[in-house]
Amino acid sequence: MTTIAETGGDTAAGAPLVQVQDLEMYFPIYKGVLRRQVGSVRAVDGLSFDIRRGETLGLVGESGCGKSTCGRALLRLYEVTGGRITFEGRDIAELAGNALRDMRPRMQMIFQDPQACLNPRMTVGSIISEPLDEHHVATGEEKRQRVRELLEAVGMNPEFANRYPHEFSGGQRQRIGIARALALAPDFIVCDEPIAALDVSIQAQVVNLLQDLQEKLGLTYLFISHDLSMIRHIADRVAVMYLGKIVELAPVEELFNAPKHPYTKALLSAVPVPDPAVEAKRERIILTGDVPNPANPPAGCRFCTRCPDAIDRCSVEEPVWRNLGPAKGSNGTVEDHFVACHRVE
Amino acid sequence: MGTASVESVLEVNDLKTVFHTQDGTVHAVNGVSFALNAGELLAVVGESGSGKSVTMMSLLQLLPSPPADIVSGTVDFGGANLLELTPAEIRQFRGARIGFIFQDPMTSLNPVFTVGFQIMEPLREHMGMSKRAARDRAIELLELVGIPSASERLNDYPHQFSGGMRQRVMIAIALACDPQVLIADEPTTALDVTVQAQILELIRDLRQKLGMGIIWITHDLGVAAGIADRVIVMYGGFIVEHAPVDELFHNPRHPYTMALLHTLPGHDGGEASRLRSIGGQPPDLIQPPLSCPFAPRCAHAFERCGRENPPLRALRDAHDVACWWDTDKGEEWS
Repeated sequence: MTTIAETGGDTAAGAPLVQVQDLEMYFPIYKGVLRRQVGSVRAVDGLSFDIRRGETLGLVGESGCGKSTCGRALLRLYEVTGGRITFEGRDIAELAGNALRDMRPRMQMIFQDPQACLNPRMTVGSIISEPLDEHHVATGEEKRQRVRELLEAVGMNPEFANRYPHEFSGGQRQRIGIARALALAPDFIVCDEPIAALDVSIQAQVVNLLQDLQEKLGLTYLFISHDLSMIRHIADRVAVMYLGKIVELAPVEELFNAPKHPYTKALLSAVPVPDPAVEAKRERIILTGDVPNPANPPAGCRFCTRCPDAIDRCSVEEPVWRNLGPAKGSNGTVEDHFVACHRVE
Repeated sequence: MGTASVESVLEVNDLKTVFHTQDGTVHAVNGVSFALNAGELLAVVGESGSGKSVTMMSLLQLLPSPPADIVSGTVDFGGANLLELTPAEIRQFRGARIGFIFQDPMTSLNPVFTVGFQIMEPLREHMGMSKRAARDRAIELLELVGIPSASERLNDYPHQFSGGMRQRVMIAIALACDPQVLIADEPTTALDVTVQAQILELIRDLRQKLGMGIIWITHDLGVAAGIADRVIVMYGGFIVEHAPVDELFHNPRHPYTMALLHTLPGHDGGEASRLRSIGGQPPDLIQPPLSCPFAPRCAHAFERCGRENPPLRALRDAHDVACWWDTDKGEEWS
């Protein structure tokens, strides 16, 4: 049984820090000599979810499904096409100018490629202190002290402040990126595939660091990744995206043990398990075909072209986003399980 | 030919490859030896910089020299030593008797030629087929790798295919001349998991149909567990462990392999709140390889590890380990 009070958040897991309602992000397509707009890529098309204070919300999906666009839109790195993004009760989708700038220190981002996101001509110290300068937080000795603290917080030698990014390995560069994101003491961090570019043995170091920092500083993460086993490890709740829509959202164990949406099931069965005994006898759902073009998504359910369970209704009527009722969350809390599919009872 | 109990199609002995750079000599591959048997799938796993790609590229002399320099070793394939062949001679092997699939299907297909032309090229070059015969064979190959309406798609260009479809085209090209050995260098790394699952399923299927020896380079232990018969683990340009797939995953003996398996988030529940990580950084390959490359990060390292490089020794049936520490006894190997 579900009531409005239950779906409205404010459950034991903490009040929502970020609330997203019908978020839309379309990118225009221009063609011809006059560069007329002929259509748009619907990268993010009507997302609604909450991120609770102190939790890690995992966002998974394949390339091109809109997960990075969603992360960037939440931070207002884009002018969103439609919808509301409420951060601590303020709608930041509407903010502009100085009002938006004042909100920026509260929310930060960690990027995928630690090589590309650090300016090779700046020292590590100036990279980390740039946000402090921008927002006039600290100067002089106070600033240098803060940089040293930040480097220590991410497990690096404070003496490294005078070195350049090329002197560091991938894992260390990612630590520098994390230190920069922490500089303004944010509440909310969007981690956009923070470990995808790192080697397996280094991934664990970075993930452990992110978890330690979350515990110490009470951070809230949106953790975007295509690595489902890492999502299972780090996330409290997981949202699965396909072609601009969230198809399923559930507490992490519930999603991995009892997935409801056919796409989630296929995605989970496609992840190779590092155990030959399991690999030899597991059942795989092999999807046929490819992800359709987001500029011209199929009618009805977007997954209907590849779905093994599709019926006629799926290609006509778009499934509604509905609550299946409470499921067991992490730390004994009760969370809701949402899905958008006609075939789920 | 050989009198070995299992027939090996490819034998590599003591291969050493270095790169001469401004900063010094990079020791990328330091004496690698292995054999590939007919019909088996040998997975080579390791992190970036462990020398797995350089090893395989060296086999076919695909590395530009300079800076690359194959210092020593033999590669025995069908009675010939591939490393001693002239460029004209090795060309008879590349793409004909040994197929190669590269990591990124976007950059390894030529964007200005149709897919059909690129599949027919090795057929006409190596097998001397007529245009019509090559075309028929190309259609057959595209159907084999599961590309729908193959005859129409021959005239399409690579950009008209999706990533997974491009990788299927690459596989079709590699299979064109019925090679005895197929080398696949991280063929699914650039693909999404559901597409990766499609390609892995295709390879499982093709193996049964074609029965060639496959070397599959990957950094994903899950992929290796799913398709390999034997696994080689590389670190710092050395083979550190080599075992049949079940043995390697259930009874790893090298500290690096053990640590690597422990860093993965548990697939059966992920109860542990923290991941076990391997401290430190991968080795600097500029240093001459005179000690165990894993020693600085190893939990069991002792004085001998920093002084002497452990040779690959046979533990038991087909299970080799290069380590001074005897994990079974918990003491120095004697």
